[in-house]
Amino acid sequence: MSEKVLLARVGRRDSRSIESYLEDGGYEALRTVLTDGWTAEKLTDEVKKSGLRGRGGAGFPTGVKWTFVPKDTKGKPVYLLCNADESEPGTFKDRLLMEEDPHQVIEGVILSSYAIKCRNAYIYIRGEFYLGARILNRALEEAYAKGFLGQNILGSGFSLDVTVHRGAGAYICGEETGLIESLEGKRGQPRIKPPFPALVGVFGCPTIVNNVETLACVVHIVNRGAEWFAKIGRNEKNSGPKLYCLSGQVNRPGVYEAAMGLQMKELLFGTEYGQGMKGGRKVKAVIPGGASAAMLTAEEIEDCPLDFDGLAAKKSMLGSAAIIVMNEDTCIVEAAQNLSKFFAHESCGQCTPCREGTPWLHKVLTRIETGRGRLEDIDLLEKISNQMANGMTICVFADAAIAPVLSSVGKFREEFRYHVERKHCLVGRGASRPELVTA
Amino acid sequence: MSRVRYSLAESGQPAEFPPEARSRIEKILTRYPTRQAALLPVLWVAQETWGWISKEAAEEVARILELSPAHVDGVLTFYTMYNLRPVGKNLLQFCTSISCHLAGAERLMERCTKRLGVDLEQTTPDGKFTVVEVECIAGCDRAPSMMINDTYHEPMDEKKLDALLDELSEHS
Repeated sequence: MSEKVLLARVGRRDSRSIESYLEDGGYEALRTVLTDGWTAEKLTDEVKKSGLRGRGGAGFPTGVKWTFVPKDTKGKPVYLLCNADESEPGTFKDRLLMEEDPHQVIEGVILSSYAIKCRNAYIYIRGEFYLGARILNRALEEAYAKGFLGQNILGSGFSLDVTVHRGAGAYICGEETGLIESLEGKRGQPRIKPPFPALVGVFGCPTIVNNVETLACVVHIVNRGAEWFAKIGRNEKNSGPKLYCLSGQVNRPGVYEAAMGLQMKELLFGTEYGQGMKGGRKVKAVIPGGASAAMLTAEEIEDCPLDFDGLAAKKSMLGSAAIIVMNEDTCIVEAAQNLSKFFAHESCGQCTPCREGTPWLHKVLTRIETGRGRLEDIDLLEKISNQMANGMTICVFADAAIAPVLSSVGKFREEFRYHVERKHCLVGRGASRPELVTA
Repeated sequence: MSRVRYSLAESGQPAEFPPEARSRIEKILTRYPTRQAALLPVLWVAQETWGWISKEAAEEVARILELSPAHVDGVLTFYTMYNLRPVGKNLLQFCTSISCHLAGAERLMERCTKRLGVDLEQTTPDGKFTVVEVECIAGCDRAPSMMINDTYHEPMDEKKLDALLDELSEHS
């Protein structure tokens, strides 16, 4: 698929303004739904039929999620929260969507709010996206002025307010119940589930949390039909256009749009995409779905479709579609140490196995990386990891934190051994200058 | 790894929001069903007003939102972007998460602290710069990525960094 859907307007002059959005057929989906007599149920059915799965990381079917909102909410309002807390290392697609085409996101928010009968929606945007928040606020003002938001939108009787809510620096707020807690003015510590947010979410009310890209997809499902959407991709369970975030040691990192299921090697080497490895170096390892996804070896990226099932088959995950490429000069111990630093810093501190386990992993990895490791440390990394996850904690953060550790130790064990025995890196700067490591 | 995060500091000054900030807070409150939900946005107003959030400012926010000071304290120490101590005019934030790390972010950060003669988390004596290390800021395709206050500067390299520091030393 070379046609761009989600990124069609990125790079267009004046892409942020409502005038340019309207010129390009913007808010037509909203007009269709609100003035052609679509019911909320019809819209939900379309999204279900499209096969759209959440683009934030978990890949849950969006339309199905929407149906979990009770028909009778006993007078309670329903909330839609747009998750714009994009913080997974390697991920930067939502930033692009919001900064370059804010109205596409807002139209998606309005449509989805209509589907779940929400009257007040919030866009929870990470604090660092100061520019994105400003752009969204400006776009919201324009949308209000044109009557796409506020009371009685397009004379349909449907009313909606949307508020941009800035986070303040905490990765865990991207977890949907952490986000809910944060929006309520608390520390962003995830909640025990059940109850799930669709029943008891923000302010004790039914709540749906959807990712920015997911909401943008809804616009196109309305405009072009569920069947069109479902046909894009490898199969109906892995459908639609998809944004891939490519970073690391490739020639042309960036956000690329392709049909769901793009081959990993095409993304890395294709002329339309990454255009190969920097300096012609070889691939050593690739993280396919952000820091939380198990890394893959160069052999594993052969025949590796980048979709939910393709990566699950490789015991990793699509996650937020953040593909981070490491070349042959990368010390895998150092990479694992860096990833463990992130998780140690971002653990919310609520559950003991995670609060204690993440800094412990970082400590052991630092020990090995700096030439003070012991052979038994390698087994220790696995032992600590296995005590942290698989239902030992409230949310999946701990599962995420151990994925890079278990996959790097599991797939590059010899390199860890080398590091312990020689007290320096096998490759990279720390190999030619061991004092860098032992200092 | 982050700015001092465990305790609030006294400014020695009473914290009272100027009228313009007060009206912003009133407007914020209309967007939420509870006063508590306005906490993060109101703390942003406080930080924009004073540059950092003192114990006195936190107590004033607690009073306005009818929350306990302990709750506000707990929230403030959880999120990394609220400055719990005064910071330099230019808050230099270096991302060292994986993609930036692969692009040599730590070496760049070290070059910066060396040149300014400060450690991480410290402010230069002239009050112009504070250098901090941050986790992924979603600039991975333009690694190494960094922010100065609210603005991204990416991709960063030694030459650009030197030029930026020259300019900011003179004109800020």
